[in-house]
Amino acid sequence: MSGRRTDQADDMILETEGLTIAFGGHVAVQEVSLKVERNRFKSIIGPNGAGKTTLFNLLSGQLRPTAGYVRFKGKDITPLAPFQRTRLGMGRSFQITNVFPNLTVLENVRLAVQSQQGVRLNWYASAKAYRRFEEEAKHWLDMVLLGNRIGVMANYLAHGEKRKLELAMLLALQPDLLLLDEPTAGISIEEVPAILEVIRKVKEAGNRTIVLIEHKMDMVLDLSDSIAVLFNGKLLADGRPEDIMNNETVQAAYLGGLYDDAVASAGD
Amino acid sequence: MNGIINLLVNGLATGMLIFLLASGLTLIFGLMSVLNFAHGGLFAWGAYGGVWLYAATGSFFVAILGAVVIGMLLGLVLERLVIRPVYGNHIQQILVTLGAMLVLSELLKVVFGPNPLKADVPPLLNGSWEVEGVILIKYRLFIICIGAIVFAGLLFVLKRTKIGLIVRAGVMNPEMVQALGIPIRRVFTLVFMAGAGLAALGGALLAPYSGVIFAEMGMQFAILAFIVVVIGGMGSIQGSAFAALLVGLSGAFMAYYVPELSLAANMLLMVIVLLIKPSGLFGAKG
Ligand SMILES: Nc1ncnc2c1ncn2[C@@H]1O[C@H](COP(=O)(O)OP(=O)(O)OP(=O)(O)O)[C@@H](O)[C@H]1O
Ligand SMILES: [Mg+2]
Repeated sequence: MSGRRTDQADDMILETEGLTIAFGGHVAVQEVSLKVERNRFKSIIGPNGAGKTTLFNLLSGQLRPTAGYVRFKGKDITPLAPFQRTRLGMGRSFQITNVFPNLTVLENVRLAVQSQQGVRLNWYASAKAYRRFEEEAKHWLDMVLLGNRIGVMANYLAHGEKRKLELAMLLALQPDLLLLDEPTAGISIEEVPAILEVIRKVKEAGNRTIVLIEHKMDMVLDLSDSIAVLFNGKLLADGRPEDIMNNETVQAAYLGGLYDDAVASAGD
Repeated sequence: MNGIINLLVNGLATGMLIFLLASGLTLIFGLMSVLNFAHGGLFAWGAYGGVWLYAATGSFFVAILGAVVIGMLLGLVLERLVIRPVYGNHIQQILVTLGAMLVLSELLKVVFGPNPLKADVPPLLNGSWEVEGVILIKYRLFIICIGAIVFAGLLFVLKRTKIGLIVRAGVMNPEMVQALGIPIRRVFTLVFMAGAGLAALGGALLAPYSGVIFAEMGMQFAILAFIVVVIGGMGSIQGSAFAALLVGLSGAFMAYYVPELSLAANMLLMVIVLLIKPSGLFGAKG
């Protein structure tokens, strides 16, 4: 697909090999070897407790694997701390809402903007730079439709608004790879389309890679170029949406009769 | 009337001194939630460092600056070796920082000898002015000024700079700050160093005020500093300043009008405040 004439490895922005983590005796992620193609949209599905969030924690560095490695942009990043991975261009959102409650909405995003802009930790930003940070923060807040809430303390936001704020912070980092962990979890049905719209916009810009963990199959089928299925910590299948939906192992192990409608609509 | 103005000025000066001593603890204990019982050791090192540097260089300015640098370096060592392994564990923090406190004050005796040292007010700040019958002691006015500058500086850094935003966010959710690409451990080291530097500044300014310094001098002031941070509300600079002035003023007036009660006054103040508002005067959470 790629027009560039590079070798195979270059088209993969992210690769894992034999990625494994055990908590005590419980192996939450087992020998997962996953490839994510640059500027594509991949979803990770699987039942509750399959190890999806744990896999994200291994990718973004919140957890260290017991075995295996993670390669990002051709570089082995397994030993790197989370902040170093972010600086290399990886950004993630959390399944559990994660904003700074006692900062204003604008300050939350400004923190991401200043982190993205100034790699160095200089103490002081000139008044001009400061205003530029705020302008840019507002830009991202407008994009997620929170432009009218900038002065509000984040803990006064409704749940759906907090999720939008998280998304704005993530976008402000301008990561090449976005790891989204159930961005619509716990928000009301009416608010889902707004979030979906933002994700779609990022996808359609075509210059970023997105990996999405999601239970809403309609959303997954609508957005994904490929789908990986995780089951009991193992990678069960990985491929094009229509192949995954018709994969017998996947159907037997996970989808069962539950998602017949989704399969039917995918087959259209 | 003049008597009351005198008490007011003295109370303010003592209050500002207490604020200077407590400001470092506001960062370390109030913001980062580290129970640092070695804080008193940092006061004492600031005091000794200041006195020694003043004697050696003859410049009070160099002495104060040098004391702050000593404090920050000690803070760096303390954070890296002692505090880092025990972030988030208060019991262990008490144990290791009490140990560090002992080491710091014993080291002082090794370096400067076991006897108390005299600390002089520099000539420029010595003496007093008399304005309409009110005696204004220069060094006390100097302390009030420095206290006000430190207060304004801290507020500015926390509310109006990049690092300030990172610190405020980092104490709420360090993991999320990391996820935004910020090396939070380095930031915490910096904050701890700043707190230690402020403690040493407080000690260096306290020395000429009390006239004599000794290795254990830090302990009683450390307790006072903890009281002030708790009354003011954890992590609030305004709260610490307000509480410090309250403690300074109530101390001055109590000592004048009801001297029998003046020792218990601070504890009493803390108990009353915490009964009425458990999170402290300016406390957000709780
Ligand atoms: N820090 C941890 N310590 C011990 N066990 C853990 C830890 N984190 C996750 N687990 C376990 O690992 C398994 C996978 O959890 P994980 O959160 O990755 O699932 P998930 O696929 O994200 O599920 P969901 O769809 O409900 O979010 C679960 O059994 C969980 O209890
Ligand atoms: Mg999960």
